[in-house]
Amino acid sequence: MKIALSTARAARAGIAAVALSSLMLVGACSNSSSGDTSSGGDASKDVTIGIVELNLSNPFFATLEKNTEAAATSKGWKVMKAEAKVPGDSATQVTAIENMINKGVKAIVLDPANPTALVDVVKKARDKGILVVTVNATLTPIDAADATFATDNEAAGELIGKWAKAVGPADPQIAMLDFDLSDGPSKGRHDGFLKGYGIADGDPLIVGTALTQGTVDTGQQQMESLLSAHPDINLVYTINEPTAHGAATAIKNLSKNPVTIVSVDGACSGVQDVKDGVIGATAMQFPSKMGTMAVDAIAAYLADGTKPQSGLNDSGSVLITDKPAPGLDSQDSTWGLANCWGEK
Amino acid sequence: MIQPAVSGAAVAALESDEGDRRSGWRQLLTHQITGPLAALVVAIVIFSVTTDTFLSAGNWSLIAQQSVVVGTLALGQTLIILTAGIDLANGAIMVLGSVVIGKVALEGSPLLALLLGLLVCVAVGALNGALVSAGGLPPFIVTLGVLTAVTAGARLFTQSQSYPISNGLLTVLGDGPTVGGFTITYGVMLWVGLTVVLGYALSQTAWGTRVYAVGDNPGAASLSGIKVKRILFGVYIVAAVVYAFAAWQALGRTPTADPSGYSTSNLDSITAVVIGGTSLFGGRGGVYGTLVGALIVVVLQNGLTQAGIDSLYQQVATGVLVVVAVGIDRIVRRRQSR
Repeated sequence: MKIALSTARAARAGIAAVALSSLMLVGACSNSSSGDTSSGGDASKDVTIGIVELNLSNPFFATLEKNTEAAATSKGWKVMKAEAKVPGDSATQVTAIENMINKGVKAIVLDPANPTALVDVVKKARDKGILVVTVNATLTPIDAADATFATDNEAAGELIGKWAKAVGPADPQIAMLDFDLSDGPSKGRHDGFLKGYGIADGDPLIVGTALTQGTVDTGQQQMESLLSAHPDINLVYTINEPTAHGAATAIKNLSKNPVTIVSVDGACSGVQDVKDGVIGATAMQFPSKMGTMAVDAIAAYLADGTKPQSGLNDSGSVLITDKPAPGLDSQDSTWGLANCWGEK
Repeated sequence: MIQPAVSGAAVAALESDEGDRRSGWRQLLTHQITGPLAALVVAIVIFSVTTDTFLSAGNWSLIAQQSVVVGTLALGQTLIILTAGIDLANGAIMVLGSVVIGKVALEGSPLLALLLGLLVCVAVGALNGALVSAGGLPPFIVTLGVLTAVTAGARLFTQSQSYPISNGLLTVLGDGPTVGGFTITYGVMLWVGLTVVLGYALSQTAWGTRVYAVGDNPGAASLSGIKVKRILFGVYIVAAVVYAFAAWQALGRTPTADPSGYSTSNLDSITAVVIGGTSLFGGRGGVYGTLVGALIVVVLQNGLTQAGIDSLYQQVATGVLVVVAVGIDRIVRRRQSR
């Protein structure tokens, strides 16, 4: 009885803490304005836009948010910011957008944690005349937002798929280290790689697949288990470069054969891995370009009501490798290091 | 309560041979480690039959290596759960420790980096301990708050960047001798060594007896003269030292100090403790069960991946096992209280 009582008390305290932390979050996202209006004209003084990002633990999202914010403040706008706490955390993003609607923002730049969970709240915002553009990922249907500025992830996946087919092993034993495939970019890269390589899901050349969290430790752990079952794996597709780095550690420790790794991202640490021969090729994305394109679209809308082109506006991807394949455009790691994102 | 259910020698001496045998069986069946061990054996048999590679020496050395970080974290978690507490922040404390070690080692001496990592882990553990013992706050809430703050703190400290580690001392726990295709890393040795030391401390010292007493009934423990707050505080400190070892283990396993790594290791460690037969209500269980629990979690992941089964089903299997383990604990407690 005593245990039951104290458990109930703990549960109540737990609910109170969760409620309190939600309130704090709401408060936090309502007051991140830059306050810098010096560089803008009079018309831009009252403009506030919202930026809703994914979890900042990933430097890609942090770079994207920082660049979008910088582009917005350079126009003299105020910025409200909010971020998902963990991958897939759409609930925090929904709350943040509701607060932004109440606050009267003119536009919202959203990096959606889930393609469908945010559709209703985005409609609410658009019904109030707020321009909503997504960056990095799309909503489903894609026209649920006014426009999307993102890497065409399928095209990025296709680049590394084609490269792997041309330069990779002649007798491929393929492993695929994915992230949750309900995530738009993750599915796009996966499908693109297969398309570029010229195979489909379930092809016998794919000897193993595993889900990772897109981190070094989970990449290593899953690669180890796959190698243990299939020691002949010689070509590995990875969802991003941290996963590739982890997989490379597992390969170094366990595999006797040379293994080719391909990835997507173009972070400076990932390009360094290309230079060091750890990753064979990666498709570089351009988060700063996504942010600038989104802010330019908002500026045009605020100036004269011109809406951006609906659908996906590709911010581009470039194949980075030191072993170029004939007929496939690419840049080497030196160019990559000069154009990469994140800390060098 | 401290020792497994049926006490032994005096009763057995008075019983007939048959009764003696029955008592032995009962003792074996009700021993807290029997259930987890049986589950481990069943999993091993299933995977050995369904895959060709599962039972190889190489794969078993891999399973041991894949278990060390969560297994070591789970040792600290066991101590805290034995006091009817819970530590949601242990993975975050370990990650903070590892990034402190990684960043300091960039320019400073690796030994200094390790000591600073230990210091940081102990400082956060002391904060948890003080809030729970002196502050009288519920461990769930305290460690939830510390988890959030420390996770963000590690990212702020590193600006969300990860640091590759190349120093020998920092990654030495990933090395080790190979015997017959089975590599025993120093990290695995450390994990087993820590288990033995903590197992001895819990079962053979006055401190261990007090830890169980505090977890079983803090009121009664206090009346019998045990300084409950001091024991609680001490448990959080010892657990934090264990987490610092886990941070070193993590650098040996994955030579990168990554602030976003091991994000579910707190829950994995709780899973290992619970599957290992330690009661979430406190006062019952031990570190050997936790060692088996950690192995079960990793065997499931490793075996199901090798069998080509979707990762999501691995999580379903682990989740079902946790609920079953807690259910069994509940039944055993009810029987014992009759």
